[in-house]
Amino acid sequence: MDSKGLEMKGISMVFPGVKALDGVDFSVKKGEVHALIGANGAGKSTLMKVLSGVYQNTAGEIFIDEQKIEIHNPMDAKKNGIVIVYQEVDTALIPHLSVAENIMMDYLIGELKGIFIDWKMIQREASETMKKLGLDIDVNKLVSELTLSEKQMVLIGRAVFHKADYLILDEPTAPLSVEETDRLFEIVETVKNRGVSVIFISHRLDEIFKICERITVLRDGQLVGNYLTANETIDTIVEKMLGRKLESTFPKHEVEIGGKIFEVRNLNGEGGVNDVNIHINAGEIVGISGLVGAGKTELVKLLFGATRRHSGEVVLNGKSVAPKNPAAAVKDGLALVPEERRREGVIVQESIETNSTLPTLKKYCNGPFMNAGMLRESALKTIRTVGIKAPSEKQLVSKLSGGNQQKVALGKWIISDAEVFLFDEPTKGVDVGSKAEIYKLIGGLVEKKKGVLYATCEFSEILGLTDRVYVMYNGTIAAELVTKNTNEEELLLYSTGGGRDE
Amino acid sequence: MNKLKDMFVFTDSKGKFDIFGFLYRYGTIVVTILAIIYFSVSVENWFTFGNMTNIFRSVSIVCLIALAMTMSLTVDGFDLSTAATASFAAVIAAKVMILWELHPAFAILLPILVGCSIGLINSFLIIKLGISDMLTTLSMMFVITGVSITFQQGSAIYNYMPMLKGGVAPGLMSEGFKAIGQHEFLEIPIPIFIMLAIATIVHIFLNRTKHGRFLYMTGGNEEAARLSGIPTKKYRTLAYVLSGGIAAIAGVVLCARLGSGEVDSAGPYLMDAVAAAYIGYSVLGAGKPNAFGTLLGALLVGILMNGLVMMSFPYYSQNIVKGIVLILGLGLTYYKKKG
Ligand SMILES: Nc1ncnc2c1ncn2[C@@H]1O[C@H](COP(=O)(O)OP(=O)(O)OP(=O)(O)O)[C@@H](O)[C@H]1O
Ligand SMILES: [Mg+2]
Repeated sequence: MDSKGLEMKGISMVFPGVKALDGVDFSVKKGEVHALIGANGAGKSTLMKVLSGVYQNTAGEIFIDEQKIEIHNPMDAKKNGIVIVYQEVDTALIPHLSVAENIMMDYLIGELKGIFIDWKMIQREASETMKKLGLDIDVNKLVSELTLSEKQMVLIGRAVFHKADYLILDEPTAPLSVEETDRLFEIVETVKNRGVSVIFISHRLDEIFKICERITVLRDGQLVGNYLTANETIDTIVEKMLGRKLESTFPKHEVEIGGKIFEVRNLNGEGGVNDVNIHINAGEIVGISGLVGAGKTELVKLLFGATRRHSGEVVLNGKSVAPKNPAAAVKDGLALVPEERRREGVIVQESIETNSTLPTLKKYCNGPFMNAGMLRESALKTIRTVGIKAPSEKQLVSKLSGGNQQKVALGKWIISDAEVFLFDEPTKGVDVGSKAEIYKLIGGLVEKKKGVLYATCEFSEILGLTDRVYVMYNGTIAAELVTKNTNEEELLLYSTGGGRDE
Repeated sequence: MNKLKDMFVFTDSKGKFDIFGFLYRYGTIVVTILAIIYFSVSVENWFTFGNMTNIFRSVSIVCLIALAMTMSLTVDGFDLSTAATASFAAVIAAKVMILWELHPAFAILLPILVGCSIGLINSFLIIKLGISDMLTTLSMMFVITGVSITFQQGSAIYNYMPMLKGGVAPGLMSEGFKAIGQHEFLEIPIPIFIMLAIATIVHIFLNRTKHGRFLYMTGGNEEAARLSGIPTKKYRTLAYVLSGGIAAIAGVVLCARLGSGEVDSAGPYLMDAVAAAYIGYSVLGAGKPNAFGTLLGALLVGILMNGLVMMSFPYYSQNIVKGIVLILGLGLTYYKKKG
């Protein structure tokens, strides 16, 4: 075997109540792009955090070029050329500092000699970095003003231009648009040609087949095996990952579509929502397609009363509604699963139970008093229906894996009695098996004659799940299409502003 | 069953006794018990019924003010104007009876109403104008202290006080009212009952009702709480209104105990109350503001001060001990949060 590269042997890691890693072997060769995959909670992020020095009390050994190395903290990892881009973007950036300061953080902390900071230099270096990434972000902007995908690119920028030998990307593409993903892949290609090894984690298997040479699969904290991409197909890999065959990604839901229950007329509002006209029928899943930045998030937030409406009308079940805030929207019969789970979807320092029962808390109360038994029961039910992997319903959400946090953010609304459900990228970071389960749950909603508005930038979801789709471009609706009569090319055409002069 | 195990077995993943986990939950209680044992042994006549009720009584005002502060802390706010509100309430209570000759019931109702209104103004400034909590309530503290000095022609309002226009004050502080602060029931001073009652009510409100949960969630992550359908602005307002109201109750009790309404009479309790509320974070590993913790925090501060006084520890050095206890409590809370 080729001796050049990195090897982890017999890695184990235990959290209270969870054996996250159980004697896992993992190796990456010099200059290869290596995929690490597994269902939510399989232990991918934990394994990578062991490698990058976040966790200390672990069992196992790590070798680089057959030399045993000790990694006790993040500094050790960096010294050995290991650089990581964490899955939870917001924990790795400082929101009230500028983009430039965040990009140059390692320099400011470690390399800076003396006490004075050369701000001109910092800005220059940072904008160079951004330019090399092909990014158009003002480096003087505060990180808190960036969108999620911009934050992700800033983090990647910071990591890539650090002198790394081993670059770990933990679900970097989840918040990225198609073009940004392509750009990232170009960057991966470039650093690979410089001899850098890249460890790539993603739940989008097509991406893995596009850029990775080898694949390591984890399941429940254990190694399933490692495979050459060339010898596998998406189906065989999914089977290894889940331990079972996946019947179909998009389960069919046969629902008779009823009359209009939700209608939006000439809606204008904050965030650039411009003259939007859409409607949803009872029992119908309506997609909102479009690229990142097309205004999908802004539209659903506006509908949910989270941002200000300038003009227009919204009719729900024949009644005109104009929620001034989300609390009013919930009363009107709306629900929203927002895009950024850690900032908007869950309260991470609280338990699964507290989070999952929050929007529906009234149901578990006698008068003002909460009923502990009912809360627990509801939480356990949510854990079962959306398939959250956790030792108990009292587990803090901060201690769940990324995909499981997303399931909490989703599960807390699925159980509500809303009439119309707004979903904004609800399966981000969720593994393929659970995605299928979530689509089934959404199918269950429309069976109950609810309306569903499903915003996503993934065309495969639009084509597989929805009945009808609106394509957004630049804050407005560029096209309305019937899903079974359309295809990816057409969606892309309208998403990029084309096809309007026909 | 598992829960019981969680509470009493402190072993880490390798099966060793997890001393830190234990301290995190019970550290504050252990320190309190150790302090009690230490003073009982080394100070003669310290652990007596008389001295214990004495400690509890002296703690009652601090504890009420700290409970007021706890309300604002639940929404991740901070109410520095609590002690000033209490002082103002005390002055109003005295005025109601001594100057305005109203029924003593108004000496309770009116101050509480004023306290709640101060909370309302605070929350308006914080939420609508977006001034930071600390600065808003700091300014409010100056304003209401100033207002109460300006409009009362002197430093205190008491029975038979001489009036500017000659003669003495027309009314009297009723004996029934004074009983709130001075009488005993079963040899236990009334303020202790009031303190325990309010602490219990706040505890139940915060931990057992949906409103309490909404307050905590608003403090935990306002944006996520808002998008969960919680009217977060209303709950932040509620927190400040309740803070003002509870502070006013502290003022009423203080007025009854002193038998007069003195300017800034609650001022000296402010820092002890802040300490008590923050020490409360560490009690039973709550890691967040809570009524039971605040009560225990106030008691711990009270016990230490009382014991040190009886050991003739110099008055000016007591702050050293207070500061260290606060650091220990916060250390436990935040060290755990980090880990
Ligand atoms: N700090 C923690 N405390 C307790 N348990 C944890 C902690 N971090 C992770 N876990 C648990 O360890 C297991 C592995 O988590 P990990 O984050 O590695 O999963 P993952 O494979 O990255 O999943 P995902 O695809 O959802 O990101 C999960 O069951 C998770 O609940
Ligand atoms: Mg992960």
